Amino acid sequence: MAEMIAIEGLTKRFGTITAVDDISFTVKRGEVLGFLGPNGAGKSTTMKMITGFLAPTAGTARVCGFDVQDRPIDAKKKIGYLPEGAPAYPDMTPAAFLDFIARVRRLDGAARKRRIADAIEKTQLADVLYQSIDTLSKGFKRRVGLAQALLHDPEVLVLDEPTDGLDPNQKHEVRSLIKAMSYDKAIVISTHILEEVDAICTRALIISGGRVVADGTPLDLEQLSRHYNAVAVRLESEGDTDAVKAALERIDGVASVEANKYAGLLTVYPTDARSLIAEVGQAMRAGRWRVTEIRVERGHLDEVFRRMTQA
Amino acid sequence: MGIYTIFRRELTSYFLTPLAYVFIVIFLAMAGTFTYFVGNFFGRGQADLQPFFQFHPWLYLFLIPAITMRLWAEERKTGSIELLLTLPISMTDAVLGKFLAAWCFTGIALVLTFPMWITVNVLGYPDNGAILAGYAGSFLMAGSFLAVGAAISPLTKNQVIAFVITSVVCFVFTVGGTGVVLNFFSGWAPTLLVDTVAQMSFMTHFNAISRGVIDARDMVYFASVIGFFLFANVILVDLKKAG
Repeated sequence: MAEMIAIEGLTKRFGTITAVDDISFTVKRGEVLGFLGPNGAGKSTTMKMITGFLAPTAGTARVCGFDVQDRPIDAKKKIGYLPEGAPAYPDMTPAAFLDFIARVRRLDGAARKRRIADAIEKTQLADVLYQSIDTLSKGFKRRVGLAQALLHDPEVLVLDEPTDGLDPNQKHEVRSLIKAMSYDKAIVISTHILEEVDAICTRALIISGGRVVADGTPLDLEQLSRHYNAVAVRLESEGDTDAVKAALERIDGVASVEANKYAGLLTVYPTDARSLIAEVGQAMRAGRWRVTEIRVERGHLDEVFRRMTQA
Repeated sequence: MGIYTIFRRELTSYFLTPLAYVFIVIFLAMAGTFTYFVGNFFGRGQADLQPFFQFHPWLYLFLIPAITMRLWAEERKTGSIELLLTLPISMTDAVLGKFLAAWCFTGIALVLTFPMWITVNVLGYPDNGAILAGYAGSFLMAGSFLAVGAAISPLTKNQVIAFVITSVVCFVFTVGGTGVVLNFFSGWAPTLLVDTVAQMSFMTHFNAISRGVIDARDMVYFASVIGFFLFANVILVDLKKAG
């Protein structure tokens, strides 16, 4: 089955507050879906409904074909879940905790040992296996949560802020891990780190006020930025700024030109995200401008994020 | 299978913290103190454990809530409830596993009072059948206290609140059969109500069993109390898990 997660019209109300409002999407095998959104947008609530912790007010969530409400046990067997804040039993050691999870997941004998060893290796927990979890640092606690989610090699991984609290090296390792696993799994991660979307997600959903406000590949989302395909030109001398700006504005397809006089930097914004580098280059040669730098901007995800979530 | 895994983890977890040791030591010390000093064990001149068993409801009244207060309140506070309830087990498995672990733990504490039984056998010729019945009654009553506490625990994230409410509810169940409460009703209420109140009391049923009278009705009573509160437990966890 291609569609490992199928969400339809999912809605959750707490009293008069609508936390998740009619969200629909699907995740296929091999996809890493990034959930983006400000705090309180409904990311975690959606994940809690996919994993069967919360019952939706309306709509359905299906995991590997099993409706999470009607066939909870079958669905939960397919899911590895890292809840927000990576909760665990603080009095236990990671070794005992993983053993407990493996037993609940009905892994027996050799398979249990192998899976636990594998999860420990992937999340690099070997050094802290026999310390109680409440004495571990935030990063290690997060990795214990991750190890628990990976333990049964699930087909569906739901990770709520998997890199929160990790240092840059650990973040990199967790991202590599997620990437390495993604080819045969359907993965949903929530994050508010935009670079993460670029680094590991094949698709991103921006959620705001409980609704999906944007859905596409990271590149699709970048194209929504006004910076996408903008051309930045840095002049050798600031004195030429006005003349060059006037020349650039005459180019066909230029929406606007913004000048930063002090830096001698001109940014050319295109209409409908078209590429302007050829035209700008031509104008540069024709006008014999003395230019020290010319580059094409990528879209700014954070700008798209802000625009989408503050509207 | 799911129940057993939860049971195993829970029971082990008692011994990971000082809770288990503190509980057992206090329980044994208090049980001994009450039996020998307050219960006049030696002065009575009778070879039985009546003075030992009669204080069990009062011991349970403040010791059992100490066990049950953390059952769900702590899971809710640390967020591990989200982990537990997204594992492939049913809510019933989780509730029963936790309850049975707590019951087994109190059973261990109860078994450790065996020196009492040895003492009475050294000193005289007691009716060991009656003593066994007393233990069975005490164990059943402990189960009822635990079921009440387990059902109250998910109502709050605060363990102290869970402790206090459980103690109060258990107190009502305990004193329901004593003269104070019954006198309050007997002046004006119909006999049926007075009987009902008396029948709802842990004490009435426990006293019957601990004297060695094993009546199916007492057994059914405790089983129903446990069953009812475990059912309530499942519903309350489901209701309160998200908060």
